[in-house]
Amino acid sequence: MKALRNLVDNIKPTFSKGGKLGFLHSTFDAFETFLFVPDTVTAKGTHIRDSIDLKRTMTMVIMALMPALLFGMYNVGYQHSLSTGAEMNFMSTFFYGFWKVLPMVIVSYGVGLGIEFAAAQIRGHEVNEGYLVTGMLIPLIMPVDLPLWMLALSVAFSVIIGKEVFGGTGMNIWNPALIARAFAFFAYPSYMSGDKVWVAGLGKGEAIVDGFSGATPLANAQAGLEIPSFQDMFLGIIPGSVGETSVLAILIGAALLIYTGIASWKIMASTVAGALLTGLLLNALAPSADSYLAIPAWYHLVMGGFAFGAVFMATDPVTGAQTERGKWIYGFLIGLLAVTIRVFNPGYPEGMMLAILLMNTFAPLIDHMVVQKNIKRRLKRAAVKN
Amino acid sequence: MSNHIRLRKGLNIPLKGEAQPKITKTISPGIVAVKPTDFKAFNPRLLIKEGEEVKAGTPLLADKKRADIKLCSPVSGKVKEIVRGDKRKLLAVTIEATDTNEYQSNEIPPLHSASKEQIVQALAQNGLWAAIKQRPYGTIPDLDSKPKAIFVSGFDSAPLAPDYEFTLKGEIANIQLGIEVLGKLTAGGVHISLHASKYAGSPLHRVEKAIIHTFDGPHPAGNVGVQIHHISPVNKGETVWTIDMYSLVAIGKLFSKGIFDLERLVAITGPRAQNPSYVKAVPGICMSQLKEYVNKESKEDLAVRYVSGNALTGDNVSESGHLGFFHNQVTLLSEGKYHELFGWIKPMRLKKFSLSRSYFSWLFPKKKYALDTNLNGGERALVMTGVYEKVTPMDIYPMHLIKAILAGDIDKMEALGIYEVIEEDLALCEFVCPSKTEIQEIVSQGIDLMIKEMS
Repeated sequence: MKALRNLVDNIKPTFSKGGKLGFLHSTFDAFETFLFVPDTVTAKGTHIRDSIDLKRTMTMVIMALMPALLFGMYNVGYQHSLSTGAEMNFMSTFFYGFWKVLPMVIVSYGVGLGIEFAAAQIRGHEVNEGYLVTGMLIPLIMPVDLPLWMLALSVAFSVIIGKEVFGGTGMNIWNPALIARAFAFFAYPSYMSGDKVWVAGLGKGEAIVDGFSGATPLANAQAGLEIPSFQDMFLGIIPGSVGETSVLAILIGAALLIYTGIASWKIMASTVAGALLTGLLLNALAPSADSYLAIPAWYHLVMGGFAFGAVFMATDPVTGAQTERGKWIYGFLIGLLAVTIRVFNPGYPEGMMLAILLMNTFAPLIDHMVVQKNIKRRLKRAAVKN
Repeated sequence: MSNHIRLRKGLNIPLKGEAQPKITKTISPGIVAVKPTDFKAFNPRLLIKEGEEVKAGTPLLADKKRADIKLCSPVSGKVKEIVRGDKRKLLAVTIEATDTNEYQSNEIPPLHSASKEQIVQALAQNGLWAAIKQRPYGTIPDLDSKPKAIFVSGFDSAPLAPDYEFTLKGEIANIQLGIEVLGKLTAGGVHISLHASKYAGSPLHRVEKAIIHTFDGPHPAGNVGVQIHHISPVNKGETVWTIDMYSLVAIGKLFSKGIFDLERLVAITGPRAQNPSYVKAVPGICMSQLKEYVNKESKEDLAVRYVSGNALTGDNVSESGHLGFFHNQVTLLSEGKYHELFGWIKPMRLKKFSLSRSYFSWLFPKKKYALDTNLNGGERALVMTGVYEKVTPMDIYPMHLIKAILAGDIDKMEALGIYEVIEEDLALCEFVCPSKTEIQEIVSQGIDLMIKEMS
């Protein structure tokens, strides 16, 4: 540890302003602070500080994503074995998925962090930790068969257009991971929807077992076909984006996020409430038992990307509502919109992505209304007293 | 108990080194400094020269714009140095104190027959008007200012703050007189807030001619700004005054004995304090006088930071610095100048305190921590939300106020409550901020902007 510290101290002048490689000081700084908590001391204001920082916060979110990631890897292998009829034991199932998903993670981090470092360099800022989470989210919300170059392009688009043009982490309007998905969704629709993309190898026509369909439950629901059981959807042994299928794994992550207080439980709860109430209302209005409207409200919670979006996407503190009261409204409307889009829009079987992006757009408006109420309260108080 | 207000939001930082309730020493003044920088928006004009003899109570500085407002020497002695900083800014006047304190005797009108103007003049000429802070902004009020009411906090909830029950035990008569003096200057009365749990034991609850309120809850419940917000909030166009208990005692002494006597009990606290306890001292004493209370040894050989005041709002004055006018506490902390390998990812870090549950400190509510001055991270853009709100027991949106200040939007700042806060009220936001934003500095800039634009 001492030796490492000495090494860092030795090469530091080269990377500092005025040094030979001074133009790389943001990059150097990022690696140094990755290794060591910096020795910066408080200069103004409070002399002592809480031990939390953004690195710790982001690490917690990544840890919360681990169950979904690991289960996603297993499920990729499992779906593959279902589709090909190949007999695979637990380990080979997992590692089949592992080798499919790992490149996605590497590409996502490689491209995204590369751009982040370059942007920090140009600005002369420290590298922000925000992408550590985004970089993990993106592969989890993509179909496993998405070509890696498309993934790379989506990542580049989301980081540059979705985030850096606004000023970097903390300044963006939309959730960067969803921007990546939206980009891929609209630029390469044939790779992002349909029956063939959710199961590894299916699109290339690898041997298919008779009667196997790679369609997601949402697509089936829209087409009026039979959907998997609630239990299967809850456990996540269904086709879908890599990390979104298992509600169980997502709930484990949600528990960690709520326990540490890092993601807002209010947003999660109100998103679920919004979807449930909308679902129940639609159930009541359903014209017949085989209509899409008649799908039990709670099925919406375990189908598609709803759970993943509610736990990991809607709760993004930068793009979500920032006032506590606003969070309730924001979450509720996400749930409401997601189910509405699913049921009534034949073009998009999944409504969660669009619902969150739309509410990201309106989050500042919601906050404005909430804050405006506070301002009015203050003005009224003055009027009474005078 | 009427007028009881219970606050739920806030945070008591479990810092190590609480002062034991005993007086261990009387600090002989030595070299004492009067710092005009302790007072917001006070532009000093010198009234004395270097080498001149002064008594305790001799005016040293006057405000340039409001010449009647003066700062006086707390001790008798010889003016040693006039300390100037960049652009010849006057930072302090230092006085080499004589062994025994000689007081200048002042003609103070007897309270029962004194007119309002006479009282104002007596306070201003004798250096105690400057102890009054007005809200909004926390500046010294104008002599003709008419406050809606006057507020005094009867307890200090800041980390390791001195226990008023102990420090003010013998001063009730002076406090009573101080209240009566100030009571003549406002129609709204003098409001004193006490901590609910200590209400019965506090000698303060027996004072008369004051309106007593009780508060319950963690820091910043003891901040007078928070108390005003719940008792009678400051609206646009209104002014209230605040004063601290120690200055109230000094006013009492001025009106009873005719002398300017600031002697008080100062708590020596903090993780690097040895034998943390109380000392008798005057504001302005040099930190080097406190040598025997500083624990020089530390495991990693870390330097000591001398904070005049508490760990949230105090000033870093260094060993050669002086205790501030408003401070009755010294906090000794370790300078956190060290690198910690993979510190941010270590799961346990049981010696670290955090409000966040990503650490385990919430499991040990009784444990005390030796926090140091390490920033524990790097400065970042504002990302997390809902954190400031947890420690701000006011109907104010701190994050939005901060952003309005950063944007320099006067209208928004006004609408979001800039009149109701000064730096100390949002100090806890700064402590908990995961992005390590300098909130107090931002609030200070916002207030300066308001003063500039609204005058």
